[in-house]
Amino acid sequence: MATILGIDYPTLWFLVVGALFSGYAILDGFDLGAGAWHLFFKEEKSRRIALNAVGPVWDGNEVWLVIGGGALFAGFPILYASIFSAMYIPFMLFLFALIFRAVSIEFRSKETMKWWRNTWDISYSVSSVLMAVLLGVVMGNVLQGIALGENFEFQGHWLEFLNPYAIMVGITTLALFMMHGAIYLAMKTEGQLFVKVHKLLNRSIIFFIVSYSIVTIYTLFYLPHLSDNLTENAALLVVPLLAFLSIANVPRLVSKAKYVHAFIFSALSMSFLLILVALELYPAMVMSTIDPQYSITVYNAASSEKSLGIMLIMTAIGAPLVITYTVFVYRTFWGKVKMDETSY
Amino acid sequence: MDVEILSRIQFAFTISFHYIYPPLSIGLGLMMVLMEGAYLRTKNKMYEQLARFWTKIFAITFGLGVATGIVMEFEFGTNWATYSRFVGDIFGSALAAEGIFAFALESGFLGVLLFGWNRVKPIVHFISTLGVWFGSMFSAVWIVIANSWQQTPAGYHIVGEGSARRAEITDFWEMVFNPSSVDRILHVWIGALIAGAFLVMSVHAWYLLKGRYSELSKKAFVIALSVAALFSVLQLVTGHSSASGVAKNQPAKLAAFEGHYNSSDQAHLYLLGWVDNKNQKVYGPYIPGGLSLLVHGNFDTPMPGLNDFPQDEIPTQVNAVFQFYHLMVAFGLYFIGLTLFGIFMWWRGKLFHYKWLLWVFVFSVILPQLANQFGWFAAEMGRQPWVVYGLLRTSDGLSAVVTANQVLFSLIMFTLIYALLFVLFLYLLDKKIKAGPYDESETESRPLQESVADVIQSDSKPNKS
Repeated sequence: MATILGIDYPTLWFLVVGALFSGYAILDGFDLGAGAWHLFFKEEKSRRIALNAVGPVWDGNEVWLVIGGGALFAGFPILYASIFSAMYIPFMLFLFALIFRAVSIEFRSKETMKWWRNTWDISYSVSSVLMAVLLGVVMGNVLQGIALGENFEFQGHWLEFLNPYAIMVGITTLALFMMHGAIYLAMKTEGQLFVKVHKLLNRSIIFFIVSYSIVTIYTLFYLPHLSDNLTENAALLVVPLLAFLSIANVPRLVSKAKYVHAFIFSALSMSFLLILVALELYPAMVMSTIDPQYSITVYNAASSEKSLGIMLIMTAIGAPLVITYTVFVYRTFWGKVKMDETSY
Repeated sequence: MDVEILSRIQFAFTISFHYIYPPLSIGLGLMMVLMEGAYLRTKNKMYEQLARFWTKIFAITFGLGVATGIVMEFEFGTNWATYSRFVGDIFGSALAAEGIFAFALESGFLGVLLFGWNRVKPIVHFISTLGVWFGSMFSAVWIVIANSWQQTPAGYHIVGEGSARRAEITDFWEMVFNPSSVDRILHVWIGALIAGAFLVMSVHAWYLLKGRYSELSKKAFVIALSVAALFSVLQLVTGHSSASGVAKNQPAKLAAFEGHYNSSDQAHLYLLGWVDNKNQKVYGPYIPGGLSLLVHGNFDTPMPGLNDFPQDEIPTQVNAVFQFYHLMVAFGLYFIGLTLFGIFMWWRGKLFHYKWLLWVFVFSVILPQLANQFGWFAAEMGRQPWVVYGLLRTSDGLSAVVTANQVLFSLIMFTLIYALLFVLFLYLLDKKIKAGPYDESETESRPLQESVADVIQSDSKPNKS
């Protein structure tokens, strides 16, 4: 099997998909988090500023989801087909929420009536919450394993996606995004709104740490197979340690009012947590709860080596370009929100 | 209803709705590039106002395109799992290329395009506009390549048996340049550019009729008319070339386009008609042997008819395929006629003199949209019963685990949400158009007087604009 730096192609592509998903989580994570906070701001002006903090970037960030989904389909079509058809309802609900969020952002600013703005504010915030929770619910199901049978087809009931563990992971994801979004808003706001955001930020840190601890304890006790990789290779324990340290660093930096650094560490926490998820599962991507031989792994779900090779070459050419102009775009909009005639 | 028909209706509905927006984004992208380019060259503020105005409209079409596009991507996995497993290895590289070279470019520069007018230098902004337009063009390339592979598979081999059967790539460039991709990319691109130009003409014709932004609108109209005329004529070339490709690679589809049943009969070219599939007859005016003439350059060359193929390998909806194909062609010919007439009137200096002509342009905006939709209907319905031509049947591509009730639920939701989305689209469009390129009550943002004088002069001398 062909390798680069000793890593085989399916594993490399697994890393690419992981990087894209963590890019999506970091970028749309703060949009969704800011959206979840939206109704906590009572004044019209505050809501407008909060909305315009994500205004220039939210639909660009959504494109990361398109790219991440495309990469998953491209590299692991068998996983893509099985998990999307097994999780039909949560994915459809996610799509509906995603469309409602876009509609709400666009509609809101177009009329000034109070009822109009309130309606779209509610719909914007509820959609953001729903998207965050559903992403977590799917993640929870993936971690826990689903009833995969012959030919990797799902054999369970369509409502099985709503199980306690998945809901816990869903709430934790929401908490993480809300913390991330609050830090982003703290970077982007000033004056009274900033004071309010700061207060919410402290609460969201507590919310996240409590829910994350519960999930971790539950995982250790009830899903012991997820710890196998880590206990077999103690060197890998550095990943949960790094995740712990970067999460712990967030409240420290927030208390020192270093929001940019806090944002970086909140983003790092997300990446480390995703790496941790990947490590816990690898080489499986979704375990079968029926029989381990039906588990989907990076090897039995992967596209051919030829196809993966082409995709890796493209990534090597394209990634530096993408990073360069993404940095350029974010630099252009660096700093506090300034309203002008192009605002929402 | 069963899962198959529900899933097909859902896919057809969501992709048709999606396809309202990307062609407008591609077409308006070129318009913005031309307007902003003219501004950089001439420093005439009117072009900047035009570019800014159309950027706002573009933002609406782009946003809706992304939101409805994610739905398409997800539906491959949710509703068409077996199809996804079959094509995944082939589509992989096309989708990866689209993500990396097209979407990332598009979305990266979008923020600067929409919100960066006051933050970056004009040339940097122009580069961002170009970046977004190129991104949208590249995106069309890779998606059409993937679809063309479904029409004319190449560069692959089949591995596995039964439900694990799938196509694997053997030659990337053969897959990319499969027999139909180049023709179809050009045809889709041009269809999109025509749609964008017709929208610009429609809006500015309406302003002219209302006596608003007249100087500005004349400039915009002439740019759009030139683009529309050029590409309407070119579309005839790519259309002919596409149809010749269909004749060679998918003869059953071409037979359905023209309702041609028996190879022993002369292959006619119908101007319009009605297909009686039961009695295998077509009623309508035709050019005897016209199809043979177009494909083979001879009235009498026999062409395979629908009866020459295994009956479970031909499209069943022959009349629908026939109608969509002929309507697309008819609209295409109308675009050529209308835009060339417009150019003629411009040359005579009378383009803006007749209210009826402006009204025709106002209402013609809907036709490129229909032509684009109908062209795709003909292409996709003409490929049936295959989802991948000759390799995988549509009925074999479904998700095995998804039930009819689940699809019914999502279909009802999509119908409701897309109805809302369409209302939003029309509402925003209406609002932006009524608000116009600038506030007419503010004198300071009006164009300079000397440039107004320029336009009034140039109206009688077309070569100056």
